[in-house]
Amino acid sequence: MTSADRLTGPPTLAVWKFASCDGCQLTLLDCEDELLTLAGQVRIAHFLEASSDVLPGPYDLSLVEGSITTPGDVERIREVREQSRALITIGACATSGGIQALRNFGDAAEFRSVVYASPQYIDTLATSTAISAHVPVDFELRGCPIDKRQLIEVIGAFLVGRKPDIPDTSVCTECKRRGLTCVMVADGTPCLGPVTHAGCGALCPAVRRGCYGCFGPRSGANLPALIGQLQTCGMSPRAVDLVLSTFNAAAPGFALPGAGEQR
Amino acid sequence: MTHRSRQLRVSALARVEGEGALSVLVEDGQVRDAQLRIYEPPRFFEAFLRGRQHTEVTDITSRICGICPVAYQASAWLAIEDACGVSVSEPIAALRRLLYCGEWISSHALHIYLLHAPDFLGYPDVVALARDHRALVERGLRLKKAGNAILETVGGRAIHPVNSRVGGFYRAPSRAELAALAEQLRPALDDALATTGWVAGFDFPDLELEHDLLAASQPGRYAIEGGQVASAAGLAFPPQEFGDHVVEHQVPHSTALHATLDGRGYLTGPLARYTISSAALSPIARQAAAAAGLGAACRNPFRSIVVRAVEIVYAISEALRIIGEYERPDPAGLDVPPRAATGHGVSEAPRGLLYHRYQLAADGRIEAAAIVPPTSQNQAAIEADLRGVVAANLDLDDAALTALCERTIRNYDPCISCAAHFLDLRVEHR
Repeated sequence: MTSADRLTGPPTLAVWKFASCDGCQLTLLDCEDELLTLAGQVRIAHFLEASSDVLPGPYDLSLVEGSITTPGDVERIREVREQSRALITIGACATSGGIQALRNFGDAAEFRSVVYASPQYIDTLATSTAISAHVPVDFELRGCPIDKRQLIEVIGAFLVGRKPDIPDTSVCTECKRRGLTCVMVADGTPCLGPVTHAGCGALCPAVRRGCYGCFGPRSGANLPALIGQLQTCGMSPRAVDLVLSTFNAAAPGFALPGAGEQR
Repeated sequence: MTHRSRQLRVSALARVEGEGALSVLVEDGQVRDAQLRIYEPPRFFEAFLRGRQHTEVTDITSRICGICPVAYQASAWLAIEDACGVSVSEPIAALRRLLYCGEWISSHALHIYLLHAPDFLGYPDVVALARDHRALVERGLRLKKAGNAILETVGGRAIHPVNSRVGGFYRAPSRAELAALAEQLRPALDDALATTGWVAGFDFPDLELEHDLLAASQPGRYAIEGGQVASAAGLAFPPQEFGDHVVEHQVPHSTALHATLDGRGYLTGPLARYTISSAALSPIARQAAAAAGLGAACRNPFRSIVVRAVEIVYAISEALRIIGEYERPDPAGLDVPPRAATGHGVSEAPRGLLYHRYQLAADGRIEAAAIVPPTSQNQAAIEADLRGVVAANLDLDDAALTALCERTIRNYDPCISCAAHFLDLRVEHR
């Protein structure tokens, strides 16, 4: 591709992976109805899971999956940022460190020795951190995994240069809009819906399960009040600690004083 | 061989799930070494599972792999129910099998159309393939969508399903919901049969695997979840004895552990399942296999794409059978009171056998967890195949040999996210 093509061709899209399960980049391939249309509007310039054709940067839009867990990745995310006009993190790992951030509350050296007989071969950091802890991020898309409608919305918004329509409200608003009966009020089922960022479409209440917080905390959540309610529903302090210590354990909005100590 | 000293590099192998590296050393025309190097940063699941409650495990292990989360949930719920001495009802077991069929269809359609077929047809990716063969790609995407429809209807979400749990489900779908799903699956069966005919016409390099093959096995049916563990050479043992036969060991070049079966390398995955259980396929899947030129066994890894297509036919026919006989489980899930015990679980992830073991305390806390994913079991066999493929094709130029090595790796649909990710191919000639 020549520099002239760069000026006149479609915008370029790059997808990057750090420590993660691949589920958020798979969400892009799961857009079965939109994938070929999208591929006609952008040039997929770097997406290793999907293509062996890799174009050099810079890239107009980078989607970043995964958290930073190795010294090499601390450098790599800086290079990705330098090559990207806009950088969007996709998913809980990239946005808050993911489930692997549970190491932040434990002893990484001990963790390593539990899994590997010869831990000296393994090069890892003591923490798993969000992309925003290392480089400026233009937008953070929540979820473990992300929601494909939200992904299409964010990509579309960046391509035309508008603000994405991703409301920072609670799962409760989506639950009400679907006309679901509240699992906490009706069944006494503990539910993180009131403090959890919207976006999934209230999937868990739809199967009569309490929300387990996989989209992470919404801003302005009243966590202490919810904790009182969870305990009223019969959760022990340990159970409350566990449910807040999963896929967004390192997100400040879900942090408890002494989190991790009771396990 | 005039190239006594040459080096091939591909900075990152594409169209695999995850990231790893490969180096091949050729000295004086002899392949001295082939290493599949897995660089995926470790995430330490087995460490942070300790101290968690037994009922949380399936949501956590699901996050090991976004491509095959149901496999990671299934082996976990089987192991924990084994520890707690709980057996689920037949209707719950059938609904679980339906959920798992959805993952097979979706994952296999992804691999066939988006990752593997471009190799056979000379395209860098599915987008380029779609420019010339849009109807073909649309067929693949429809199949993938049909698999995801099962995952969404039964599991509540395609990636990291929310409705499944230790003991069963939070909510069982109604017959009407499954009837609507069946309407979507019937045309998908035609798409799957067409897919089998299409991939059967590809050109396959000759290669016969000599490794033993290992898969879950159930009398009279094609094993997906649970059952015994069986090998093509005739070995059979219950999941509780997995650790007596399969030993994992660490190698310096990989964050995934390597495994051996009674001291030898072996292979899991579609070729193993097909070779061990092809007689138990549904009639329509058997017909499709025969029409595609498969016999009772298949040991050519390049033809794994045909076996995957046959398995899609099977999974759709099996899903339709389960829906046809569906009894809504009541309750949707059982309570699983904990006890101090160790439990074992096996299931067939789309890319091979997945074993989990958990040691529980009396109050249900996890004291120890062990997870043996298919890609780490297959690493040694993949390396052996690479040695064979390179040795048989030393006359190829660097670019062609590199491409063939990449194809060899893709035959196994390696999920490096599961095993630990970065395929960086390096062939070194001295």
